[in-house]
Amino acid sequence: MQVNIRLFAALREAVGAPSIQLSLPAAATVETALQTLDAQWPQLELHSGIAYAVNQSYVAATTALHDGDELALIPPVSGG
Amino acid sequence: MATPAFAVSPQPLDPAPLTALVSDPGHGAIVTFAGVARNNFAGRATAYLEYEAYAEMAVGVFEQLAVEAKERFAVGAVAIHHRTGVLQIGETAVIIAVGAPHRPAAFAAAAYLMDRIKEVAPIWKCEHWADGTAEWIGNEHTRPH
Repeated sequence: MQVNIRLFAALREAVGAPSIQLSLPAAATVETALQTLDAQWPQLELHSGIAYAVNQSYVAATTALHDGDELALIPPVSGG
Repeated sequence: MATPAFAVSPQPLDPAPLTALVSDPGHGAIVTFAGVARNNFAGRATAYLEYEAYAEMAVGVFEQLAVEAKERFAVGAVAIHHRTGVLQIGETAVIIAVGAPHRPAAFAAAAYLMDRIKEVAPIWKCEHWADGTAEWIGNEHTRPH
């Protein structure tokens, strides 16, 4: 399946792009995507403070992904 | 074009249309809060700020937070606009407007909404320090000041 990864702030700068198209095996979860990202872009330095959103809703790392999903990595926020 | 109640954009913010959005003949109170770019962070001098947002999700989060606020406080209407891009010191980063029959609920809801925005809205602030370096800030709501 293909998943669109959205990156923001320091994560976007670490990769040098606001999004990545990721190919994942069937039955992949957010956790699977994170492992793949960590292997391909170790400079992301993924850590436990990052939250995840699938199709614009916060989800747990165990959430199943589907072809065409948008997975956003949400580093600690600082709006306002 | 009519002003949306919830928005994230690089446009400079104006409180007047938000105040108009939440006004109602049955409301005796309108609280408008503005969050403004400050010239320091924990005492360190800031030259200017830059905000980045997952804008389409942030608008949805604002809508959800307005629902939360209406469940917790006796308020009638809520509007939230957040700005992105480069902000000079003194420019407005966020405006929250709340209309309510009575002022205690309006004040409380505005404070609640600002706290929740800092906790969950997918928006990030980059401090461009006076010394020329820059830093994305995270977990500001849990930091000592």
